[in-house]
Amino acid sequence: MPYFSLTPADREAMLATIGVQSADELFADIPASLRDAAREAFANLEGGRSEMGLKRDMARLAAKNVHADTSTCFLGAGVYDHYVPSAVSALASRGEFVTAYTPYQAETSQGTLQVIYEFQSLLCRLTGMEMANASLYDGATALAEALILAYAATKKKRMLVPRGLSPAYRRVATTYTQGLPITIDEIPFDTTTGQIDGEALKEALKSGDVAAVVVAQPNFFGVLEDAPAIAEATHAAGALLVAVFNPLSLGILPPPGSYDADVAIADGQSLGLPMTFGGPGLGLFCCKQKFSRLAPGRLVGLTTDAEGTRGFTLTLQTREQHIRREKATSNICSNQALCALVATIYMATMGERGVREAATHSFHKAAYAREQLQTLPGVKPVFSGPHYHEFAVSLPVAVETIGKALAEEDIIGPYDLGRDYPELEGAALFCCTEKRSREDIDFLTKVLSAALPRPKVESGASGSDLNGNGSVHLDGVAVHYADDARTFYLDW
Amino acid sequence: MLNSPSLEPLLFELSDPGSASDYLPPLDVPEAPLPFATRAELDIPEVDEHSVVRHFTRLSQNTFSIDTHFYPLGSCTMKYNPKLNEAVAAMPGFASVHPLQAETTSQGWLEVLFRAQEVLAKIAGLDACTVQPLAGAQGEFCGLLMIRAYHNARGEADKRRRIVVPDSAHGTNPASAARCGYAVTTVKSNAEGGVDMDAMRAALKDDVAAVMITNPNTLGVFEAQIEELCTLAHENGALVYMDGANMNAILGQARPGDMGVDVMHYNVHKTFSTPHGGGGPGAGPVAVRSILEPFLPVPHVIQAESGEFAWDWDRPDAVGSLHGFRGNSGVILRALTYILRHGGEGLRQVSSDAVLSANYILARLKGTYETANPNGCKHECVLSASKLRSQYGVSAWDIAKRLPDYGFHAPTVYFPTIVKESMMIEPTETETKATLDAFCEAMLAIAEEAKNDPDLLHRAPLTMPVGRLDEANAAKCLNLCWTTPQAEEACESDGEPKREIAGAPTY
Repeated sequence: MPYFSLTPADREAMLATIGVQSADELFADIPASLRDAAREAFANLEGGRSEMGLKRDMARLAAKNVHADTSTCFLGAGVYDHYVPSAVSALASRGEFVTAYTPYQAETSQGTLQVIYEFQSLLCRLTGMEMANASLYDGATALAEALILAYAATKKKRMLVPRGLSPAYRRVATTYTQGLPITIDEIPFDTTTGQIDGEALKEALKSGDVAAVVVAQPNFFGVLEDAPAIAEATHAAGALLVAVFNPLSLGILPPPGSYDADVAIADGQSLGLPMTFGGPGLGLFCCKQKFSRLAPGRLVGLTTDAEGTRGFTLTLQTREQHIRREKATSNICSNQALCALVATIYMATMGERGVREAATHSFHKAAYAREQLQTLPGVKPVFSGPHYHEFAVSLPVAVETIGKALAEEDIIGPYDLGRDYPELEGAALFCCTEKRSREDIDFLTKVLSAALPRPKVESGASGSDLNGNGSVHLDGVAVHYADDARTFYLDW
Repeated sequence: MLNSPSLEPLLFELSDPGSASDYLPPLDVPEAPLPFATRAELDIPEVDEHSVVRHFTRLSQNTFSIDTHFYPLGSCTMKYNPKLNEAVAAMPGFASVHPLQAETTSQGWLEVLFRAQEVLAKIAGLDACTVQPLAGAQGEFCGLLMIRAYHNARGEADKRRRIVVPDSAHGTNPASAARCGYAVTTVKSNAEGGVDMDAMRAALKDDVAAVMITNPNTLGVFEAQIEELCTLAHENGALVYMDGANMNAILGQARPGDMGVDVMHYNVHKTFSTPHGGGGPGAGPVAVRSILEPFLPVPHVIQAESGEFAWDWDRPDAVGSLHGFRGNSGVILRALTYILRHGGEGLRQVSSDAVLSANYILARLKGTYETANPNGCKHECVLSASKLRSQYGVSAWDIAKRLPDYGFHAPTVYFPTIVKESMMIEPTETETKATLDAFCEAMLAIAEEAKNDPDLLHRAPLTMPVGRLDEANAAKCLNLCWTTPQAEEACESDGEPKREIAGAPTY
């Protein structure tokens, strides 16, 4: 049997020391009926495989998944296929890091603690924020924690959350706050630009009862908001600004500290973490230092020993559940330490220039892809606002149909925005990271083109009007398309 | 005052602008005009790859781990983390899959999560399971949200505003209850550290939504009255939540569902060997009785008659979602691998050996240290240093700090809080008898040191890279980010390392 360290002889000797005849006797305090039921149920449990057999079974399960190492991924929407230097996983998979316990005992955990201190420090620099914690579960739960902090800090209950924020984040924030006196109001997006509807935000802030305004930079559509203007309106109304950012994008975009965010949260997956079907992710939580005692999660601080030697320790534990129980700032009792380690090594390896380059390349590749895709008949950009590395286009056929056609050619994506936004039915969200080569993007364009109703454009016989409406000919049948790219009709 | 830097310099002290290696090819698309203002400096260090590798390798060598040391940490189940789990999780067919891919292109992943749901429900003796919760604490939160939804569906949510928690419970129990908007009633334990049935009866009024129990409890004792307690709660209209932190003691020996428990969470990084990673990530699957099944979070994995797996979002009574995607799938994958490797008989041997090892340590040390387990224990034993404290001034904290000098991690100390100077010891099933013996010898030697040289114990550890650290000063000065060396020097310690909170539980 696997993973046992006692031999039968050891067991005998230990039983003798204890003074019992069998290990069974050690369970005599459990009612017999319970023991019998459990024994019977476990006799029918699957498993008990050899390592060799099980590894093969698991490899066969893995083979049932299409994955981004051999396919080409244009899917984003919160999880991104970035390049990760080989040194990152080599270092992060060291058993000393992987199998270490939470560093409550500081003297035996200086390695883990220094890594977290470096992680917090790198995040402060990347975001321009005053402090960062040792990480939370993921971006969505980090947002929920930020809203709960805003409630505790302002004693106000109303949160303004943009509709252009990730639907997953909004869903988790609602789940987290359902038992608390917090209400979440949605701010619509401008259907032309894709940005927060500024007028609607101003209107919602008028009542003066808002605890926090959330701004996603970039938002779920890949569109960049006018964050400084939103920050100003928010602060003028006495509310806190909670910024949701993409950490790697900060290689090129102004950081949340520069527009005076009070709390800045994100998922850190883009900092070197594999996609792993979405989890584990890495919740990043940064804030102004005046909120340190309201912040959730672990914090590592610098200190000294009696000799004055520098060392690191968990700190401000008076906020946490193991001390404060029901009065704790959060019930969280872990951090994503191993994922924070990955992000730290990623940033250390890439360095300032590498981080900047990955962010810059992602932007340029997405801009190129957006330009290429909109040359296709019926494919139109949905939003006019400035974009980072994702963009929405409307397609003349169902997004699901396109997805299937792309899958045939080993392309993963795009994301069907109609799943979460009925008003964006037919719109698809594409993402490009620095990993997508020009060749990849040209191939996507070619495959997408082939999947669209095949136009046979007769010279001079087609064109589009100022609204983008027009017609092409498909094997002798004129196909007319309208600018919203959802209305198609055929002339037989 | 700072005399010397830490053993390994900070990354920021290694930085040499321009030294970072290249990883990306040149840009192969035309540069687009930037529609936004770009930022100036990031202030991220630049270090050559070889120095990065040395830096993190050295840091890794500067930390205890299961791969290098024995952790007798009570309530933490620090068992061996099999390398097979890591090899499986690293397969590109698992690691490089996007969570929003079409179901047809992620059947392998869906099957993993579905089979985990199924087997974890069976192990609990319950009807259904969600693998979405991200850690034990979030599992508690999820379970309590389902309890709240259950009472709400019966029109009793406004009436049942209270959760009853024994005083021996982990701090997360009351903290999670508060996150659901519940008030918490704490019930004192009886003299043996178990649930006091009279106190429980008195607390179980009609405003109680649920009782949260831990079984075996935090003294490592099986709650013999568990069935009676569940019946009592149910008669009152309340549900029973079980904290599954101590499942390693009863795998295949007793199932929570059979006891009458309605909902429980697992800590897969304890029971099912997934790595602690220095503090996470974990996963906290939640198993429930059928009455709570409608409230499981979305999306849930289902299997169609065709055999295909799918995401079920159409669950109108669901409590919502606890993660941006599908939970810590990579952790669940490791746990499933572990369960399949063991099978039912293997898992029964796990609890058997874990309990045997804990009782062996108890038998060897109970003559020297007082114990809260006069009648034996399950997977962990609770010893006390109160005699050493009163006779020689040596505390559980001193013992915790001395053990690393003998090559062992500290036990959990000052928890459970109901035992003075408590030291909670959980050896797990994956330590050799030789290791258990060496640990016991160290504990006995430290008791001798307490008599002969108590000051030595106050100064311990003596062989670690740093001496006992000043936690109180860390909290006072609060340096969380490396900005300038001046910030560090501004915060002077008086040279007497103190804890942030004396006597606080430390796991």
